[in-house]
Amino acid sequence: MIVDLIDFLKKHQQAVQVYCIIAIAIMLVWSFLGVDTHHAHTWMEVHIPGFWSLFTLISCVVLIYFSRWLGKSGIETREDYYDK
Amino acid sequence: MTNSFIHPSLILIFGAFILPFIREPFRKLYLTMVPSLALLAVVFINMNPGVHGVVSFMGGDWTLTFGRVDSLSIIFGFIMALMAVIGTFYGLHVKDNWQHIAAWFYVSGSLGAIYCGDYLVLFLFWEMMAFASTFLIWFNKEKGALAAGYRYLLVHTFGGVILLLGFVLRYQAVGDLSFVQLDEQNTHLYTWLIMAGLMLNAAVPPLHSWLPDAYSKATVTGAVFMCAFTTKTAIYTLARAFAGFDILIVLGVVMAVYGIVYALRENDIRRLLAWEIVSQVGYMVCGVGIGTALAINGTCAHAFAHILYKGLLFMAAGAVVHATGKTKFTELGGLYKKMPNTLFFMVIGGISVSAFPFFSGFVSKSMIISASFESHLLWVGFLLTLVSVGTFLVAGLRLPYLIFFGESRCSDETLAKAEDPPWNMHMAMLAAAFLCFFVGTYLPFLYNMLPNPEVTYNPYGGYHLSETFQIIAFTAIAFYFLKEKIGAKATISLDLDWFYRLGGRGFLWLAKNPIQWLDTMWGMAYRVVGLYTLMTTAKFWSWFDWHAIDGVVDGSARCVRAIGQRVTVVLQRGQIQQTIYISITFAAILLISFVWL
Repeated sequence: MIVDLIDFLKKHQQAVQVYCIIAIAIMLVWSFLGVDTHHAHTWMEVHIPGFWSLFTLISCVVLIYFSRWLGKSGIETREDYYDK
Repeated sequence: MTNSFIHPSLILIFGAFILPFIREPFRKLYLTMVPSLALLAVVFINMNPGVHGVVSFMGGDWTLTFGRVDSLSIIFGFIMALMAVIGTFYGLHVKDNWQHIAAWFYVSGSLGAIYCGDYLVLFLFWEMMAFASTFLIWFNKEKGALAAGYRYLLVHTFGGVILLLGFVLRYQAVGDLSFVQLDEQNTHLYTWLIMAGLMLNAAVPPLHSWLPDAYSKATVTGAVFMCAFTTKTAIYTLARAFAGFDILIVLGVVMAVYGIVYALRENDIRRLLAWEIVSQVGYMVCGVGIGTALAINGTCAHAFAHILYKGLLFMAAGAVVHATGKTKFTELGGLYKKMPNTLFFMVIGGISVSAFPFFSGFVSKSMIISASFESHLLWVGFLLTLVSVGTFLVAGLRLPYLIFFGESRCSDETLAKAEDPPWNMHMAMLAAAFLCFFVGTYLPFLYNMLPNPEVTYNPYGGYHLSETFQIIAFTAIAFYFLKEKIGAKATISLDLDWFYRLGGRGFLWLAKNPIQWLDTMWGMAYRVVGLYTLMTTAKFWSWFDWHAIDGVVDGSARCVRAIGQRVTVVLQRGQIQQTIYISITFAAILLISFVWL
């Protein structure tokens, strides 16, 4: 069942992408217009539309590139480092 | 002890002693029954809050408190016992009784530490946990597990000694061993020592390296236990003694970021999950540091949720290791056709930890973040949200993607062996997955157990939902475009354990090279200088003895003999008249002298 579902989704990848984009768009419109920002913690959240979307994208880029940089700066090494 | 109080640890310990005598077909039933009874005992004592199990000794001067049941210990005791049932069921197929015995002792250590009321009892159970869990590593036959077990034991022994030092110093200062909240305004050396001892078990940097090192080397079932008990028991003890200590806020945030950065680079499945424990426990340490009622509630709720979803993730990862024998992303991939159920459970665990609405992480993690915003710690709130993003990236996307999707990096042998695990593992995962969902949807189940019931919190507000949906959607988009940057790569990442692993090697080198050299040189010096001098001195004394001492002795002997000979020659000539004459003269002289004098 699970395998069939995954294979089905893989077969219709294009459609899945389109539906995802539509879902995200609806969600964003709802976030901009329909959500009461009364519970927001900071000024930025109230006044920057889609603040958490931006925050997330920046966070992902920062985390991924920071960890890559850290890895390359000498933290990352061969697997048998401790063996010999 | 009061009659109604049965310590749940006793049930597990007693059960462990009987286990070797139980044979199939009753063994599996027995294995399920003992932790279930312990859970019942926990539920029973949780219904009677108060102080139980107080033992006095040495004429009543000393007391040990085994059963302090209050709002804080209730929730931790319950989740630990629940996890013991799930974990034991997951390991039901394991034939080796010793693994179950070690696991039960480990759980009883944890329960004992949670219900204890003083440092002596805490220390007893604390060490029991460390010692029993070491065996869960040693029972793994994998290469490197033995050494990892020794490192784990040494690090925890060190932590135990620090804790011991701390509470003994405290006893000397205040004459009290009770395990209660310490005063932040009035800290002493012992405050920091106790904190360091507890923090080592919570894997707070820089005392954290033991965790990924050990958890990735434990047995498949052992890791399921280990991921639940040590760190969360430590969180309980920190919440008990150090709530509101500001330093924990900073350390918690550092920990959360540190763990997620390392998890992004990790190639070993279980090490990745271990790094994520570090990261998630960071939230709890931070919550303890904030120390408000909401933050403490959040810490307890998150520990509760964390034990369930992290147990589920370790169980699913364990299923992969159990089937394929492989633990590295570089040797896995594309397995969804072979292990669809495992994929399902891993995704449930992944979305729970990533705080999807209707799953456990959503109702617990947000409480700590809200508490930080409410305490006007904006940087804490934003950094913890950043780690939330990273958590979804790592556990919700990277982990299942690299095992089950993408290109297959499996060998033919791995592919042939890959299959969904035995029924008992399925059932345990199903139970944990259901609980993740249940905790996230039926709020009173978890929220009614929290230590500060007067604080109300509703995670399902429109704003929080919109925030969460944005985070989820855009993390997924970022992953879609950047997934190659965090792909599988056959490397390891050096961490602070480098210092003691290479420190140990350095010590060996030191022993082998300079110290051995010194020893050799000393030996040679001794031979050359020492022995020669000794021989020369001996020769001198021998000469001296021969010539001087013997000369004197012989000389005096010769002298006496010569005098004697002269006397003989003069006095004893052999003529009787002369001899009589000399004798009488001598006697006469004596007589006259006697009379006159």
